[in-house]
Amino acid sequence: MPITINGAEYELDVDPRTSLLDFLRRDAGLTGTKKGCDHGQCGACTVLLNGQRINSCLTLAVMHDGDSVTTIEGLGTPDAPHPLQAAFVRHDGYQCGYCTPGQICSAKAMLDEIAAGWTSFVSDDVAGTPKLSEEEIRERMSGNLCRCGAYSNIVAAISEVAEAQA
Amino acid sequence: MTRLYTMDKPDDRNRLDAMAQGIIGRPLDRPDGSAKTAGVAPYAAEYVIPECAEGVLVLSTISRGEVVEIESGPVLAMPGVLAVIADPRMITRSAQGGAGKSPVREIQHVDYYGQPVALVVAETFEQARDAATRLRIAYRADDPAKVPLDSEDGHAPHESFGEPVQQGNLDAAMRDAVHAVDVTYTTEGHASAAMEPHASIAEWDGNTLTAHSSLQMLKYNQKELADALGLQPEQVRLIAPYVGGGFGSKLGISAELTAAAVAAIELGRPVRVVMSRQQVFQTVMRRSETRQRIRLAADAEGRLDGFGHEAWVSNLPGEKFAEPVTQASEFLYRGAHRTLRIDLARIHRMTAGSVRAPGEAVGMQCLEAAMDELAIASGIDPVELRLRNIPEQHPSEGLPYSSRRLAECLKIGAERFGWDGSDRRPLPRREGEWWIGTGMATACRVHNLNEAQAKVTLSTDGTAVVESDMTDIGTGTYAILGQIAGEMLGLPPEKVLVQLGDTRYPPGAGSGGSWGAASTGSAVMVACEAIREQLAQQLGVEEADLTLKDGEAITGNRRIPFTELLETDLTETGHFKNGGIDEQFAIAMYGAFFVEVGVNAYTGETRVRRMTGAFGLGRALNAKTATSQCLGGMVWGIGSALTEELVFDPRDGHLVNHDLAEYHVPVNADVPALDVVLVDERDPAGSPLQAKGVGELGICGAAGAIANAIHHACGVRVRSFPITPDKLLDQLPEV
Amino acid sequence: MKPFDYQRAHGLDDAGQLLVADGAKPIAGGTNLLDLMKLEVETPTALVDVNRLPLGGITAHGEGLYIGALVSNCACAADPRIRSDYPVLARAILAGATFQLRNKATTGGNLCQRTRCYYFYDLSQTCNKRAPGTGCAAIGGFNRIHAILGASDTCIATYPGDMAVALSALDATVEIHDVKGDKRLVPVRDFHRLPGDTPERDNVLEPGDVITGVVLPAPAGGTQLYRKVRDRASYAFALVSVAAVIHVEDGKIAKARLAFGGLAHKPWHDARVEALLEGEAPSDALFDQAAALLLDEARGQGSNDFKIPLTRRTLKAVLREATGGTL
Repeated sequence: MPITINGAEYELDVDPRTSLLDFLRRDAGLTGTKKGCDHGQCGACTVLLNGQRINSCLTLAVMHDGDSVTTIEGLGTPDAPHPLQAAFVRHDGYQCGYCTPGQICSAKAMLDEIAAGWTSFVSDDVAGTPKLSEEEIRERMSGNLCRCGAYSNIVAAISEVAEAQA
Repeated sequence: MTRLYTMDKPDDRNRLDAMAQGIIGRPLDRPDGSAKTAGVAPYAAEYVIPECAEGVLVLSTISRGEVVEIESGPVLAMPGVLAVIADPRMITRSAQGGAGKSPVREIQHVDYYGQPVALVVAETFEQARDAATRLRIAYRADDPAKVPLDSEDGHAPHESFGEPVQQGNLDAAMRDAVHAVDVTYTTEGHASAAMEPHASIAEWDGNTLTAHSSLQMLKYNQKELADALGLQPEQVRLIAPYVGGGFGSKLGISAELTAAAVAAIELGRPVRVVMSRQQVFQTVMRRSETRQRIRLAADAEGRLDGFGHEAWVSNLPGEKFAEPVTQASEFLYRGAHRTLRIDLARIHRMTAGSVRAPGEAVGMQCLEAAMDELAIASGIDPVELRLRNIPEQHPSEGLPYSSRRLAECLKIGAERFGWDGSDRRPLPRREGEWWIGTGMATACRVHNLNEAQAKVTLSTDGTAVVESDMTDIGTGTYAILGQIAGEMLGLPPEKVLVQLGDTRYPPGAGSGGSWGAASTGSAVMVACEAIREQLAQQLGVEEADLTLKDGEAITGNRRIPFTELLETDLTETGHFKNGGIDEQFAIAMYGAFFVEVGVNAYTGETRVRRMTGAFGLGRALNAKTATSQCLGGMVWGIGSALTEELVFDPRDGHLVNHDLAEYHVPVNADVPALDVVLVDERDPAGSPLQAKGVGELGICGAAGAIANAIHHACGVRVRSFPITPDKLLDQLPEV
Repeated sequence: MKPFDYQRAHGLDDAGQLLVADGAKPIAGGTNLLDLMKLEVETPTALVDVNRLPLGGITAHGEGLYIGALVSNCACAADPRIRSDYPVLARAILAGATFQLRNKATTGGNLCQRTRCYYFYDLSQTCNKRAPGTGCAAIGGFNRIHAILGASDTCIATYPGDMAVALSALDATVEIHDVKGDKRLVPVRDFHRLPGDTPERDNVLEPGDVITGVVLPAPAGGTQLYRKVRDRASYAFALVSVAAVIHVEDGKIAKARLAFGGLAHKPWHDARVEALLEGEAPSDALFDQAAALLLDEARGQGSNDFKIPLTRRTLKAVLREATGGTL
């Protein structure tokens, strides 16, 4: 079975060693997903796998036949941006731009996780309903390093989109 | 035509404020934002180039010695492997910023653990990575006991670096002082850790080497690569429109670029080499560790009579860079009796070079912590202490200061933060298990200018194009150059296209030393002035009487669209040079940090709860991107204060924590809401734009404010950065 | 990464047969295994993908719960029964790594997470765990994250995970399917090993074994806490962590279950400490005694000496919080 990426199907006829990240960047030609560390330590390669965020560097492409992947290119385009992409621009939630696609994919999934009621380590009551506070956003976005240090603006961008959705 | 502007005196014309478009300084979104957020902005490794082979570097596993044999045979027999290359043109260290010539290229001679010694090239990345891991190399290692790996270990040769400042008699001043502080602080090595690993794709057509590469300063990088390869600079073209962060690590070329270039030449096909994250840590650049003795001799009112700042730093043998720890100390505070010096130890660890704000980043954080110790010793509000020590003129060189908003920053920052410095006794309050304290520090960073050229074309269709090999490493260059040109030519920003990062364009300043905006921006302004003169001539008016707005020339009661006015495109190149303005004035950026931290009473974990930075950096060319630069610097301050340190194993000199799991850059949860205020300023000596540098100021002193807040919170003065929990534990109040 | 045969297991017995082969390794989430394979710290010749085995889902199991081995860390921590009845487990999982990693990491895989010892990760350094008999460069080196309890002369590595620390405090059991098709149950407390002379073995799994699930006993109730001390506010391994399940009845500690992360080659459990606490009225003196007993054989390696006072202080914080005490 092929893998579906942003709605298009791709055959997985590759060296089994190929990470999903390298498959996206090389074989699918989708370089919006970035390689920052290749070891799950930075989050630049974050994509949505069947709707959930993962580090695409730490899984093999061949393991994902039949799966559906959404990358940054699948969220929106320069002409038709996703609300998060537009909010990141307005709030300057990026500088060099290299961690940015991962940040935005991560933020998209994060909002879905909160909507699904998933709590985090900073939630007051792990059994309760999570609140969308800045502290929650910071904890939940901590898997995406930004060396330029745009964190304050990233939180502002996500907060704005979350409030608009609420 | 090229118009030269030499900055040999303050430029009081303040042309930008006299323009009509009204976009300069405004917090506009970056023009590159939609491409970056949509993932379609291409970075160095991401170009699709047919037949491109993949190379992976191999690093040494000894600290000093010779490569005796590279056992290429078994690796060459592996599927897809094309070559094992160890070529004398390959560099083994990164070039220092602005070198303009090749760094060391002795591929068989090992000077540090993690030095590149070979490149393995294969058809695919998976093949090359495996082959590189399996390549066996035989070394003749020098006796580790004779290889100085550590500046502390006694036998590393030391030398004084640069001109020490020796003025008056500091020892006597210390003896006579009412309040004296004599303390030694240490900082550990730092990594730039830009999110994009160093990456290059090289192509060779038999005459010209073209490379997509992740670099900060192309005009120097072009010469560095040409020198390494034995080519003329004109035979090298570098392309870097998007750079995934640099922070100094991409000022000069690194090993992956020459390796890719040599492989492309030898194999006759394009070759891509991307460093692994571990290799970036091991082989690119480090900020030196420092040991800093600071002596402050003050009178009863806290006024400094004596000032000493002596630093010990390290680098590899042969490197001409020593972390300029005392750079801002030379002029920031009073003190007639002064001793400033830097000692450089030669040790065999990876190259030490520029990491964001070389000098002040670590110098200011220690100086400002020592100033806090003086404030406590004298019982003076730390803000007041600093206000009392702002000198009238450069304390050693007698120069006047150019615009200096330090006092305003201290006052405005204190006001915004709600600073109360009246009682600085430690352990003021506890919330649950967190000790809460506040601290502050001065920010200071020298202003640098660099030669720069930019070409501006005003087209008959009423749009303009700006071209320079200047880079945008996240700093906002695309935005601010467009705003400068738009302001000068009377065009809305969407009518100005900025094209960067290609050596086919005129040589800009490069991104380094916070000089990119002021220098390249000035070149853009100069080009625009020349275009304005041509327009004025066509209209028969004085250039100064010409108003350009929204694509129209306005003079008297005439209003003519450029589309009607122009019969041909107007192209001018602006050429900006520093003509010695910095020999007439002490020019710098200033600011103040105010921080509140919590220190966990049980565990010694520190969390920054809030932080305000007030900055005077001349004109902000774009308030949004300037603010972001300051925010970023403050995040670096948090890292420098609390988490970041390169750890070397003193037994063999290898870097222990060479990845992002164990070298702890701050994560989102480490950073509270940060408050930045840009204090309004124009500095005629800073540049014709009256702007100064922005990108580095936000880090310079920030960690000191955090250290001071920690002391205030829990009563523990840690003189060793980073302040990890273990350094606080044994002095925290018992639980 | 060395080439390997990629195989997909079709059923548990098939998995067992594939995995009994020399050099075969199972892959589930892959977040740790691929990390190590890229560095060639792990070099399996066959990679057996177990992801399509029917090992998902969290189901009732007697008075407790059964967590399938392929349940992701995120799914486990998001399960309403885990969150309300086993909050120490939910908190421990949420303390580890990031949402991205936890979406991939599985219950079974996370139990098998290997050490973060810098020297284990670096092929240019000696390591008895990676290459038995070569020596331990961490001893005498930089060992800030290393063990203070249960270490040996051959290895001072720590188990880095959080989830298993909570499972240890909850006295959960690991269910293992072996190559003969039999199932066996191993208490989490016995699943991980101390290094001894064979640090290459992290746990008691044998070739051909497949972890099929984890059994949680009946909800433990009480106050459940997971506290983690680390070098940054998130996304960092524990310097020290404490999982605690504490019941206070009639002014006395009726039941205490404690496990510790970051201290040893396995989640550390010391029944002596629990026995000391049980039946006693909570007091600072009692907590100090408990900490002293826990650490009576603790030994620092140099850069990790601070873990001894840090553990003492962290345990006190946890016990106070669990018993209503304050600083």
